[in-house]
Amino acid sequence: MKTIKPEQIEDKVAALCAQANFRLRPDVLSALKAAAAGPVSAGSREALLAIVRNAEIARRKKLAICQDTGLPVVFAEVGLKAVIDGDFKKAVNKGIKKAYVQNMFRPSIQTDPLGRADRPGFYPGILHVELVPNDRIRLTVMPKGFGSENKAGLKMFNPTASSEELEKFILSVVKNAGPDACPPFIVGIGVGGTQDYAALMAKKALLRPVQRRSRKPAISLWEKSLLKKINKLGIGPLGLGGSPTALAVSVETAATHIAGLPLAVNVSCHALRSAEGII
Amino acid sequence: MKMSDIRKFRNLKAGQRFLFTGVFYTARDQAHKRLSELIREGKKLPFSLEEKIIYYCGPNPGGPDRPIGACGPTTSSRMDALTVPLLNLGLTAMVGKGRRSPAVRAAIKKNKAVYFVTYAGCGALLAERVSSCRIVCFPDLGPEAVYELTVEDFPLITSIDSRGGSIYEPTG
Ligand code: SF4
Repeated sequence: MKTIKPEQIEDKVAALCAQANFRLRPDVLSALKAAAAGPVSAGSREALLAIVRNAEIARRKKLAICQDTGLPVVFAEVGLKAVIDGDFKKAVNKGIKKAYVQNMFRPSIQTDPLGRADRPGFYPGILHVELVPNDRIRLTVMPKGFGSENKAGLKMFNPTASSEELEKFILSVVKNAGPDACPPFIVGIGVGGTQDYAALMAKKALLRPVQRRSRKPAISLWEKSLLKKINKLGIGPLGLGGSPTALAVSVETAATHIAGLPLAVNVSCHALRSAEGII
Repeated sequence: MKMSDIRKFRNLKAGQRFLFTGVFYTARDQAHKRLSELIREGKKLPFSLEEKIIYYCGPNPGGPDRPIGACGPTTSSRMDALTVPLLNLGLTAMVGKGRRSPAVRAAIKKNKAVYFVTYAGCGALLAERVSSCRIVCFPDLGPEAVYELTVEDFPLITSIDSRGGSIYEPTG
């Protein structure tokens, strides 16, 4: 048994919030650079290089990559052999608040979703906890910007739906995101499970390094073919036309019911931010 | 282009890119809601909209060593339903990201206004182009308050010009 103090959780969450907002993920950065070096139009290259330069300025000057410092989504894998000496959820939220206040990130959280009467604040974040058989806590913080979150889509298909039907829906979600959601995108897709679980998988798919394809051969092929089709939409970097419209498509799947086929799409903007750490 | 060139904005064509030095007023969802309520009630606005540029932005706060934090554009279409009355009161230009509704496009044409986009998701890069930031009204809205930003060499792309020409297909 290992005892973990709430302060350790707080500090780790705070450090990960700062890291995620200041340093664009290396896999995303290298995908952007590769795209800029590829066969794209001068306008697309200029847009891609602006995004790369933005990431460099953010890291060097400790400025947030994007003014929408997001709604922090925290994925926690909590070891069953770890004893948390305090309130886990509170510690996570305290860590978020600490990072956002200290680093002058924007308070973007409205605790009164319908009345909108509260002054925007720094927390609570969204917390997903999974139990694992060890004595550690693995924390992943993903500050999710809402320009792209607003463009997510979910549909409950029939189990007999054709792959054309699924693709038509996926492409319509990306098309609807269009220039509004800061392309080039990283598209996360969750297939199977229940309605809520498909959405969670779609979001988790965004945590996978963008260069890595699914381990399942059929899914990996589908990811590549979806990316090609998305890139034919011609939305282009910053929505100014051309290509790429997306840098990657990541699909996660899970068992589902014989009567249904839930499919969720979570669109991420080019400012895909996340950071991971272990206590 | 400079602030004194604002009357020349109507000559711009969709797709034209340039650097702008002048003044923006930030306003996003809640500030638009308040402005449109004041207009509906026939009350005086806290600042005049005539020959002004509204920037759809909720900036990160500045600090001891800089006037502002990351300050890129937010999605313009969320302001569509509240934009036409502002244009009718003389608002000359808007800066944001993404598409606009057919109604906004028509009002831009009618009022000889213009809609720009800038580098979306590049809030750190754009922060370097802001030399001062001052609160104008609605301080209780926090990042959604109206701030006056002085910008230097701020990159703008003409997205809908005063004749209604657009780089995007209209939404809806
Ligand atoms: S969609 Fe992403 S990059 Fe664009 S403003 Fe929102 S958080 Fe920033």
